Amino acid sequence: MSDASSEATARHPTRLGGRSAAAVWIPVGIVVLIVALLAALFAFGLGRNPTVVQPVDLGKMAPGFQLARLDGTGTVSLGSMRGQVVVLNFWASWCADCIVENKALQAVFDRYRDQGVQFVGVSFEDQSGTARGFAKQMGMHWPLASDPGTTTAIDYGVTGVPETFVISPDGHIVAKTIGPVTYPELSEQIANAIPGGA
Amino acid sequence: MDRLGTFALALSLALAAYGATAAIIGARRGRPMLVESARTTAYSLLVLVLAANVIMEVALLTNDFALRYVFENSSRATPVFFKVLSLWSADEGSLLLWNLVLAGYIAAVAFRFRRSRPETLPWALAVMYLVQVFYLILVLGPTQPFAAYAVAPPDGRGPLPLLQNHPLMAVHPPFLYLGFIGFTVPFAFAIAALLTGRLSDAWIRTVRRWVLASWIFLTIGLMLGALWSYGVLGWGGYWAWDPVENVALLPWLVATAFLHSVLLQERRGMLKVWNLSLAVGGFALTTFGTFLTRGSILSSVHSFAQSPVGPMYLGFLVVVLLGGFGLIAARAWRLRSEARFDAVLSREAAFLGNNLCLVLITLVVLVGTIFPLLDQALTNRQVTVGEPYFVETTAPVFLVLLFLMGVGPLLSWRRTTLDGLRARVATPAAAAAATLVVLAVAGMRDLPAAFAFGLAAFVLAANGQEIVRGVRAFARATGRRLVPAIAPAIARDRRRYGGYVVHIGVALAAIAITASSIFALRTDVTLTRGQTARFAGYTLRYTGERAVQQPQRRVLIADVVVTRGGRPAGRVTPSLNMYPSASEPIGTPSIHYGVLKDLYTSVIAFDENGNRATFRFFLNPGVMWLWVGLGVMALGGVLAAWPFGRRRGAVPAEPRVRELAEVAG
Repeated sequence: MSDASSEATARHPTRLGGRSAAAVWIPVGIVVLIVALLAALFAFGLGRNPTVVQPVDLGKMAPGFQLARLDGTGTVSLGSMRGQVVVLNFWASWCADCIVENKALQAVFDRYRDQGVQFVGVSFEDQSGTARGFAKQMGMHWPLASDPGTTTAIDYGVTGVPETFVISPDGHIVAKTIGPVTYPELSEQIANAIPGGA
Repeated sequence: MDRLGTFALALSLALAAYGATAAIIGARRGRPMLVESARTTAYSLLVLVLAANVIMEVALLTNDFALRYVFENSSRATPVFFKVLSLWSADEGSLLLWNLVLAGYIAAVAFRFRRSRPETLPWALAVMYLVQVFYLILVLGPTQPFAAYAVAPPDGRGPLPLLQNHPLMAVHPPFLYLGFIGFTVPFAFAIAALLTGRLSDAWIRTVRRWVLASWIFLTIGLMLGALWSYGVLGWGGYWAWDPVENVALLPWLVATAFLHSVLLQERRGMLKVWNLSLAVGGFALTTFGTFLTRGSILSSVHSFAQSPVGPMYLGFLVVVLLGGFGLIAARAWRLRSEARFDAVLSREAAFLGNNLCLVLITLVVLVGTIFPLLDQALTNRQVTVGEPYFVETTAPVFLVLLFLMGVGPLLSWRRTTLDGLRARVATPAAAAAATLVVLAVAGMRDLPAAFAFGLAAFVLAANGQEIVRGVRAFARATGRRLVPAIAPAIARDRRRYGGYVVHIGVALAAIAITASSIFALRTDVTLTRGQTARFAGYTLRYTGERAVQQPQRRVLIADVVVTRGGRPAGRVTPSLNMYPSASEPIGTPSIHYGVLKDLYTSVIAFDENGNRATFRFFLNPGVMWLWVGLGVMALGGVLAAWPFGRRRGAVPAEPRVRELAEVAG
């Protein structure tokens, strides 16, 4: 085989003489360094949740709304909640992920209800009868509103349900989650929105 | 069912672990019987992993909703065809299939080398078994396809609407899996060569055809993915530079580079370290691809839902990168090239250029794919890298590649005399010039497009000419007539002719990609019933909406009557599909496929009970030739890889023919 000579050197690295240790470890070290950098980058990526998106309108003013409550007891408006953190949740009775996120939403609601955090659920493309039934079954005890013509959802650029926005006391959108929320993520978003932290 | 499945997987894990151990101990202590038992373990492993897959299929087909996977990905209303596909429509199930394909590859390697055993075989088997151990741990630990409920729900949720919308979904993932997982074989033999120090060309000869097989599967998988994207998603295109599309392209690029660079090592003893790196890099990129898809580190239309396997993939990727490149750095980088380049005008130079271009594209696409992550890590901004980046950075390199693809076959090994080149370049150059003149006369003023078309013509003519030259020389040498000489001539050197055929396919695809990306037309219109729109010479009249109820969905179809130049040209019927489990309707475009251009219609929305509809019309030139070109590429690959021709159809090579081949090659 024409390769015999190189094969011999590969099997007997000591033949290269005294510098062979450094000659081996320098390239190995470079490989280790590059792989470590890549691994750190990907580990960072893993720690990040791609469903928590930073929308283009993040940090912009939240569009105002005044909507009829689902149970017919008046209206809900964003303006009346100025000065408080608002969690705006778009949901529907036909949406499986809304069932999935319900427990987490409940838990976050219970944790922050005494700290002046307002929850608002806006039903999305739903019939008010079925929506009411669903809300009762799921035990959604925060103000729920219907959104005729889907205008509020369009203002917020909702692409599907569930989607959840966190609005700061001064009326800016500070976080948005596409898909089901989880307890730790939503809690953190709210904590960041409360002035002075929590 | 759930216990049986888990049991099969646990046994498989034990077998894979045994196979790895037996192979390593057998190789180290020199016990051939132990190595032999490690080799035959592959068959039992395949049977067990197959059993686990069959159990899942049975559960899917018998509506066994006690299994969480069946509940989440199937339902009673799901058609049988899509129930079968549900095996690979979500993370857990697709990992079962992944394990099956991997076990299949190990068994194929065990069978292929049952008589002729390369000395590296035990180590290669050990590496493959260890990879299988990793994937089996994934399905036994963090993702449990056979996780079960205590009480079976009455009905399942059904597969993701997008995945049950088209039958192409049946074949696209399995082909990609076959391609991805095939990289385990060259990786394993490269590692084995590094571990044993047998760094001659032997490992290259062992794995070349396996890489070619992977390349063919990936080519077909990418083609099916593009077809699916084009024919199902309704956005009018076939490639979106989505991260997961990119990570499927990356190993393909590396495999293409490898298939060329091995020739340099085989013929001239060059690029040894480079080839080892490509083998390791190709496997690392497929691992990176699965990590990206399943570890959900980047948002993509393809990403599976949040999955706990991310850290494990990351660990595995680190082991692969450190082990592979670490070994190369420690042992192989001293490997000397046995030959130097004799001349710039040589086939070696063209191959080297080809490899540099392909690896450059690989790096550029890789950087673009992970850049959002990098940017967020450093600056905490969220950016997306879109088509303009990828097109602007890769298009020039692709054009250089295209040029090399035409010029490479015209060059001889070692050195080409200018006179010899002049004679061979005349026809292709004339073809390119003629194309440019015709395009200029026809009024085309887009310079990059004209350049690309000219190059494609050059490649078509050059590779066509080389095939004709080779066949003619063979006919003359063997005293046959031209047509009867075609089959035996090609059978004699399938690898070379297969390569030329692939080049022709690439040129066709390049024409299609250039035409469709530069000259496509698009418009959005809202039409009320009975209203017409004019678009690119077509008159399109919306005649109304129909609803069709199917078991698993409701389909709203828009009827549009097409006329062209006053003559009726059929109708297009784009539709929206409403699935009970989806919040948004999923569109199905309607496409009039044509040799020169496709009329592509999507319906975006219906209003007022179907009285108004919003359409998106595309005129996509040349897309048909993309499918033709990719098909020709796959065929060329098969031609080059076909294992039986050599023995069956081969002509004993008379000395004269061999001389001729030297002249022609």
